[in-house]
Amino acid sequence: MSIASEGRVVVLAGGLSPERDVSLRSGRRVADALRVTGVDVGVLDVDANLMANLAAQPPACVVPLLHGGPGEDGAIRDVLVALGLPFVGSGPSACRRAFDKPIASSLVGAAGVAVPSSMALPHATFRELGAAAVLDAVVARLGLPLMVKPTRGGSSLGATVVRSAADLPSAMVAAYAYGDIALIESFVHGTEVAVSVVEDAAGARALPVVEVVPDGGFYDYGARYTAGATEFVTPARLSDDVLAACAETALTVHRVLGLRDWSRSDLIVDAAGVPWYLEVNVAPGMTETSTYPQAVLAAGLDLGAVTASLVDLAITRG
Amino acid sequence: MEPTAQPTSTRLDPWVDSYAARTRGLTASQVRALFAVASRPEVVSLAGGMPFVSALPLDAVAETVARLIRDRGAVALQYGSGQGDVRLREQILEVMAPVGVTAHPDDIVVTAGSQMALDLVVRVFCDPGDVVLVEAPTYVTALGVFSSYQCEVVHVPMDEQGMRPDALREAIAVTRAAGKKVKLVYTIPSFHNPGGVTQGPQRRIEVLEAVRSAGLLLLEDDPYGLLGFDGTVPRAIRADDSEGVIYLGTFSKTIAAGLRVGWAVAPHGVREKLVLANETATLCPSNLTQMTISDYLATQPWFDQVKVFREVYRERRDALLESLDALMPAGTTWTVPGGGFYSWVTLPDGLDATAMLPRAVAALVAYVPGTGFFADGQGRQSLRLSYCYPEPDRIREGVRRLAGVIESELEVVGTFGSPTARAERPAASAPYTDLA
Repeated sequence: MSIASEGRVVVLAGGLSPERDVSLRSGRRVADALRVTGVDVGVLDVDANLMANLAAQPPACVVPLLHGGPGEDGAIRDVLVALGLPFVGSGPSACRRAFDKPIASSLVGAAGVAVPSSMALPHATFRELGAAAVLDAVVARLGLPLMVKPTRGGSSLGATVVRSAADLPSAMVAAYAYGDIALIESFVHGTEVAVSVVEDAAGARALPVVEVVPDGGFYDYGARYTAGATEFVTPARLSDDVLAACAETALTVHRVLGLRDWSRSDLIVDAAGVPWYLEVNVAPGMTETSTYPQAVLAAGLDLGAVTASLVDLAITRG
Repeated sequence: MEPTAQPTSTRLDPWVDSYAARTRGLTASQVRALFAVASRPEVVSLAGGMPFVSALPLDAVAETVARLIRDRGAVALQYGSGQGDVRLREQILEVMAPVGVTAHPDDIVVTAGSQMALDLVVRVFCDPGDVVLVEAPTYVTALGVFSSYQCEVVHVPMDEQGMRPDALREAIAVTRAAGKKVKLVYTIPSFHNPGGVTQGPQRRIEVLEAVRSAGLLLLEDDPYGLLGFDGTVPRAIRADDSEGVIYLGTFSKTIAAGLRVGWAVAPHGVREKLVLANETATLCPSNLTQMTISDYLATQPWFDQVKVFREVYRERRDALLESLDALMPAGTTWTVPGGGFYSWVTLPDGLDATAMLPRAVAALVAYVPGTGFFADGQGRQSLRLSYCYPEPDRIREGVRRLAGVIESELEVVGTFGSPTARAERPAASAPYTDLA
């Protein structure tokens, strides 16, 4: 009998980020999957009662499935470390590296992965230097089209594809609604894929590559979380060599950023078959429309068993 | 990597090609996602229109329900009449007396909330493509009903006295000139949701005349009519026309929303169809909740309780208005409601309430963006504030936070120039039904 089946596991879900709803659904799904494997599972929100709840009934392991903000930037994991509670997923500093898109891109790019040219600009820069001049410089450097998004966040919240310079100001305003720094990237045309990584005792491995084809062309919030709005193809319709390159890219990301247990890298494969890194998630979505569970299924695995195995790993490492 | 399997395609919904065309706009939205955060206690939600049911004498309600089950449980827990409990229909006449509506109990159809009554009226009248004229803005979930029956919605401008009769006449003329059929004019004349304004007596006459002269039916939705803060009760439009007006009422704001009891008062021919439609939709309204309300009306000083609610909401409205006065940045305007639950706020030029919502939620305050109350993408510069649920101090804190959000947004938007430089985004695809 595994350790996971002998202790109580707490899934953390919800929180106060704009992705709260997604997190609640992710948490419920993983909790249900774990229960099927025989694990005793509770789901807790991250609120004023959490510390007291964890103290009253310390779990054998915590599975943080908070999306956005404190869930993925390392903050909650710092608290779990302080409490001495084993948890599934990346450690606090790895989360900090991964959640900040420009930092993650820089580290991943330095490791040889293709990353879009980009600029990360706080609102203050535009205010102090003059928005028009700065935007002109951005377009001159990065060209069009562009992808504008908050540097910290997920689920495409605050993200806009900009095809005309006239649309750039509103895209900036939309991104700044989610944070003080906006990331402006050269838009990479190609096949959008999600590559999930899972660790076991033998190390990290990539699961089948999931190709993402949203009806509207942009994998926005509606396309992500409305069943039927996006076609998913697993494995992606790419050659074996390119699929292997995607897997290698995701594994490189996972390694370079020091991630642990599970992650999901979002990539674009260009016409030449080169995978370009967009971002990585340290607490991958586990909803009914998320790509990580699809990859698990395509690999012939069970989400509950995968999670239980990660719980065992977490408990073992203490 | 292991040998590649054959690609398998899925949309994660085996019925994706089977849905009716009318469901096309029903998608997950980031605005709805943000409202999930609004449910957290840290967030001051000025979004939802939840009545303050804690002001009810809950012990009395508990006793009423217990006695009902004990003494008449076999009836209360059984199917009932598709038109609704006759005793309750008689009592509804007394409830409507202050607004001037006189009718026979047989003119009343009891429904699962006035929302169901609205749905049934549209169901019996509107074919796909028919036009419904509504106020600009209008009740969010009414838009959902019109959309579900594939109606086209045309908004008629309002002023400080509600729907403008001149604009109504023009909208009717323009719509008909385009070869379209106007079926209904839908109005919320008293303490408008979301506008906060109220049609005065003369305005009601003018609106009714405009509707009559066009040979149209007026659908009058009156959930807040008894909740005027100065104690006066606006006379319902139905009071002056029993054949050309369908009146919708509800106990959601005067007793309890959770009981889900509303009603329609309609002319004979309409009423018969509504009863049949009601039976098709739900078989019958709940005997349990109807009889609970009936017993409550018979045994409790229900109108005194309405006065209690008025005072609760008046105090909260005052907290909202005082805070808005004190804190809102220049260029922000708002309506001054004389009753009901809502004030309609228009932001300074250049701001977009939908785009601003993430910043607001991060600042732990929530509102409903104005676009939710329009079918055509209008309303970007406005938002609805609800004062019915939070305590006055929480309302003041919420307005303080909102003021900070607006200031921050002004700074960001000011950096990037005029709103006309911004691309228009399509209207919200699905109404925010959980916030009505």
